Amino acid sequence: MVLDPQGAAVKNSLKALGYEDVSQVRVGKYIELTIEAPGREDASARVDEMSRRLLSNPVIEDFSYTLEEAGV
Amino acid sequence: MKFGVIVFPGSNCDLDAYYLIRDILREPVEYIHYNEESIKQCDVIILPGGFTYGDYLRSGAIARFSPIMSAVTDFAGRGGAILGICNGFQVLTESGLLPGALYRNNHLQFRCEQVFVRVENNSLPFTRSASLGKVLEMPVAHGDGSYYAPPELLYVMEKNNQIVFRYTDADGNVTPAANPNGSIENIAGVCNSRGNVIGMMPHPERAGEKLLGSRHGLIIFKSIISYFQNREVV
Repeated sequence: MVLDPQGAAVKNSLKALGYEDVSQVRVGKYIELTIEAPGREDASARVDEMSRRLLSNPVIEDFSYTLEEAGV
Repeated sequence: MKFGVIVFPGSNCDLDAYYLIRDILREPVEYIHYNEESIKQCDVIILPGGFTYGDYLRSGAIARFSPIMSAVTDFAGRGGAILGICNGFQVLTESGLLPGALYRNNHLQFRCEQVFVRVENNSLPFTRSASLGKVLEMPVAHGDGSYYAPPELLYVMEKNNQIVFRYTDADGNVTPAANPNGSIENIAGVCNSRGNVIGMMPHPERAGEKLLGSRHGLIIFKSIISYFQNREVV
């Protein structure tokens, strides 16, 4: 992603602290959802749709997600 | 003709726009609540600046799903005149009514200052009273104003004359120093391919009186008023 002014600022700050070995920093968003679904595939389809419609803006952001089964 | 100013939760330039239209330009104007489902009898819709829904998730991302936005989208589809200012611009890009996106300022600072923008397209309802290349002085006040469009989209926009304003110095030169937020190619405002929907980060509604330092914002509002006057004569 071209645009990550926050990542660039954090990288500069790490450099200032002496972490010269850091070549790239990306700052993004982490969103946790709890959803009810009959199965993994349904949950995946729902999350994918939500990510495209609201949670991310495809012009400037990419998204990925993982699913974990919550304890009943 | 009548102006409608949409009021979202967190809008804060709705009053500025309303005041300018009613008290400076003396034109009919009314507020339209975000929960309403019709833009009533309005001919021009203003999406004002502010921080809708606290700018949570992304600026404009939540406001675009307000009930009123279905009516605004229909209005845009019918060729209705829509102006998004600052956060209103962000709502329009998020809703897909305008191309591209607005991202965090490249220096990460909130910038509140006077800027200059050059009119790049004066054939639009909102810019027809300006001469091409006219330099306008207006304030900006935003943290997420860095305009971005991928190269292939930018190419199409340039070809369609969809770049409406660019940040320049006082003499109209596009320079890196004149760019307050890192916007690609100094872009300060764009329109849709049809030219009836326009978005801009600078605030014309806050540049309507000498007391405020500039009256250049009036040209945007006077353009749209003259557009309707000419249309009514015909």
